[in-house]
Amino acid sequence: MRREPPQKLGDYAPLFFPAAMLTIFFVVPFGTMIAVSFFQRLQGGFYTPAFVFDNYARFLSAFFGGVLGFSLFLAVTVAICCVVLALPFTYMLTRMSRKVQVVWLVALLSILSLSEVIIGFAWSTLFSRTAGITNILVALGIMSEAKALTPSFGAVLTGMVYQAFPYTVLVLFPALVRLDPTLTEAARTLGASPLKAFFTVVVPALRNTLTATLIMVFIFALGSYLLPQLLGRPQHWTLSVLITDQAIYQSNMPFAAAMAVFLVLVTLGLVALTVIAGRKGEAA
Amino acid sequence: MSSIFRKAYFFLIGLFLALPIIVVAGVSVNAKQTLAFPPQGFSLSWYGEIFFNPEWRNALFASVTLALLSAALAVAIALPLAWFLWRRIAPWANVFQVLGVAPFTLPPVITALGLLTFWATVGFYGQPWTAVVSHAIFFVTLPLVTLSLGFTSIDRSLVEAASTMGADERTIFRTVVLPLILPYIVSGYAFAFVLSLNEYIVAYMTVGFTMETLPIKIFNALRYGYTPTMASVTVLFVTTAAVIFGLVARFGDLPKLLGAMSSDGK
Repeated sequence: MRREPPQKLGDYAPLFFPAAMLTIFFVVPFGTMIAVSFFQRLQGGFYTPAFVFDNYARFLSAFFGGVLGFSLFLAVTVAICCVVLALPFTYMLTRMSRKVQVVWLVALLSILSLSEVIIGFAWSTLFSRTAGITNILVALGIMSEAKALTPSFGAVLTGMVYQAFPYTVLVLFPALVRLDPTLTEAARTLGASPLKAFFTVVVPALRNTLTATLIMVFIFALGSYLLPQLLGRPQHWTLSVLITDQAIYQSNMPFAAAMAVFLVLVTLGLVALTVIAGRKGEAA
Repeated sequence: MSSIFRKAYFFLIGLFLALPIIVVAGVSVNAKQTLAFPPQGFSLSWYGEIFFNPEWRNALFASVTLALLSAALAVAIALPLAWFLWRRIAPWANVFQVLGVAPFTLPPVITALGLLTFWATVGFYGQPWTAVVSHAIFFVTLPLVTLSLGFTSIDRSLVEAASTMGADERTIFRTVVLPLILPYIVSGYAFAFVLSLNEYIVAYMTVGFTMETLPIKIFNALRYGYTPTMASVTVLFVTTAAVIFGLVARFGDLPKLLGAMSSDGK
């Protein structure tokens, strides 16, 4: 059956339910949030319809600038670590037998689907004094005494890389599977070492994919809200943590909404960049 | 790349990925109520706790119910949409595709906060069913992506043949399209189910004060008193996810589902 434009009203029928659901439960809530971000906050967790910029004006404080700067820095670091670790891994994975690929993909998906609560709990256990890796080091005689490694920046970073690594592999996977294997073969025939072929042929061929992946992992990391709380100190809190904190514990919905709108704008800007990078990739 | 380097690299990555789970699995079999590793003594009682302690059992029940219902609703939203986009030429309808992918692309806290302000405004805040709708919208992306992929793999000439033989739209859908798309419906459902089971922030912001799902229960336990039950629940979750994705891989084409179009058996 050829695709054809809808002719009768009845042809639109399948669209009704999904369109209604997405409009009522995604577009409307999104609009509500934007509206609330301009509302006036009252004492005791209430707010009243208004049109004020107070909530946005609060962004101009040094504290907020610090949190924003740290969030962006953390997300960039996570994105770079993940891509650097995942690129050779995914490249080698796509060249393995199908059976091996499936086993790794199942493992990666299982870890990717893990709740942030669980990842945070697992790493805080691993970094703790009583049950942590330092106990293994003590048993091996490398360290004299077990100690806690959390809360710290390193712990937050490790937890977030752990969370984002499977995602990075799955984003890179399709592009690397489709990468023409004759490219590297040609380089090898011409005498390049495997490592040299990887860096001079594979990496440049994937430049746009890598840019897009970096941005996607960056957005993914920007959304992390529990790991900075569970593994870090308050100075390691990110924008996502701050939004949750304002909405739930400080009951300041208008300010939380304003920060969320801001986060959306940052994210959308980056998605636009990804799309542009992707277009260029197709054209090349 | 040389095979020793490759093996070492895969081993290290595997170790990094497995280490937290190994430690948590060790903690979960402690004999006493301590989070010690290596475990002191051996006991499976913390696994029993999930099912016999009413608090954990209720949280398990709440999580499983939420995941079953919200994944079903997500598929119910995604299936007609993906089918319409495949069947009709209607460029403006792609707007809904974008809307379906958006909640999952944006940082989750945004969807969560949007839904929180919405439910608070319309006055249903805290009702258990709002979590089902919220999760369905949040995870609709997964069945939508798998189903869109599934539809593109259907040979249109099959549908054309049925149409020429006089089958109407409904018959075609039931007898030709549905059997072909069924594996994708199952995997879309499976993805949404597993992620809903693990989801924290949307559930917390919508029903966190009235209902405890397992991730919320674990988070509360992290704050107000450690118990090895947290570890046994974690092991249960990892196993569940691995079994479900394993089944998806066994009965479907996992590399293809994840975007590798060339599914030639190497």
